Amino acid sequence: MTHTIPLRLALGLALPFAVLAGIATAESHADKAGMAAMKARQAHMSLYAYNLGQLGGMAKEQMPYDAQAAGAAASNLAALARLDQQGYWPEGTAHGEMEGSDALPEIWTSMEDFDAKSEALVQAADTLEAQAGTDLAGLQSAMGDVGKACGACHKLYRKSDD
Amino acid sequence: MGPMLRWALAFAAVLGLAAWFLTAPGRITAAELSQFEPDVEHGERIFLAAGCASCHTAPEGTQRGNGTDGPGGTGPVLAGGQRFVSDFGTFLAPNISSDETHGIGAWSDAALVTAIMEGTSPDGAHYYPVFPYAAYGLAERGDIVDLVAYMRTLPASDVPSQPHEVSFPFTLRRGIGLWKLAFRQTDWAVPGPLSEPAERGRYLAEALGHCAECHTPRNSAGGLRFSEWLAGAPVPDGPGRVPGITPALLDWSQADIAYYLETGLTPDYDSAGGHMVAVIDKLSQLPQEDRDALASYLVELPGR
Repeated sequence: MTHTIPLRLALGLALPFAVLAGIATAESHADKAGMAAMKARQAHMSLYAYNLGQLGGMAKEQMPYDAQAAGAAASNLAALARLDQQGYWPEGTAHGEMEGSDALPEIWTSMEDFDAKSEALVQAADTLEAQAGTDLAGLQSAMGDVGKACGACHKLYRKSDD
Repeated sequence: MGPMLRWALAFAAVLGLAAWFLTAPGRITAAELSQFEPDVEHGERIFLAAGCASCHTAPEGTQRGNGTDGPGGTGPVLAGGQRFVSDFGTFLAPNISSDETHGIGAWSDAALVTAIMEGTSPDGAHYYPVFPYAAYGLAERGDIVDLVAYMRTLPASDVPSQPHEVSFPFTLRRGIGLWKLAFRQTDWAVPGPLSEPAERGRYLAEALGHCAECHTPRNSAGGLRFSEWLAGAPVPDGPGRVPGITPALLDWSQADIAYYLETGLTPDYDSAGGHMVAVIDKLSQLPQEDRDALASYLVELPGR
């Protein structure tokens, strides 16, 4: 029994370290999950931008109007807007909390309004989908409301450019 | 009293008197406006270009704050209440709706034109330069007369104006007269020569649109740094920066700029954010030629 005390001492010393290590692991799990969510929503934005680019090039008459291509890009946009995005916004991923995040903390205090603004994008994208493949004038007139829907959210919820 | 002291006192009195007169609030009289015939429809175009509703509608998220149209689509309700944070305090946009008690409904045309172009209130006080009267002062008087006629057609709101949250010494309004003398813009920041559309763009950007209020950095007294015209500045009430928009800092084509002012979509198909969204909401309602003119002005700016 002479080694009882050193064993207890060793356990006593090891326990806090084990607890700390557990917390650290849990934290890095949360970090990773948060980082993945941030990357997913940024990738989602890139998909919006890519499809809007196809449409915008035609709307600005920098590319020839192609009804089939316009319809396809607008359908993609409408599908993207409809994707369920509730998992994109875990706590701790706002600007100031996570490196690389431009999402303002107001998102988490105004989730209802934030959701309403996503719904407005769905509406605008649906109109665009209905009009983009019809003719150039239809595409051009529907782009404005999509741009407005993007802006309505970015006005309050995204950090301004550096 | 020694002669030196008497001279010093006399000198101080003269200086004080000169300062008092030099800081006197400017006024425009009814007689000076008699030649103009108000045109309400043109006034709406001026109203949109001047962006009045971007600051004077109620804050977003409040009862009347999220639309540009009042009940029945009668135009924006200029109830006020938006907060503007600065190094000198927080300014609250007043009610400038047509309400006779809480808004500007009872003001004369001359009082309104004086407020907008001279930054002087009906009771003779200087307004804080958060109100971009320095820019509006560069406008054509006839255009401001039209603007005033249009404002009178907008809905009334009985929401009282809130006081500014400003502390001493900035509470001394006479001091703003000195600020006006030192920093108020009195001529075009970009003298030119410019193409004809760019000259129209300069009028829209420098006089009505007051782009520089956010896009130009300020000195420690809050005056615009004219040597860094439209070169970008910090966002006053949040993280990030208002971007520089001179050709050296923004390599968008003229068509890209005009399309951005119409839709808020950048050449990369990102979108406008922050206060610019409210600005684009107004500019998108102007005729295409006005957005093209603004774009001409920006691409013809001297590079920095």
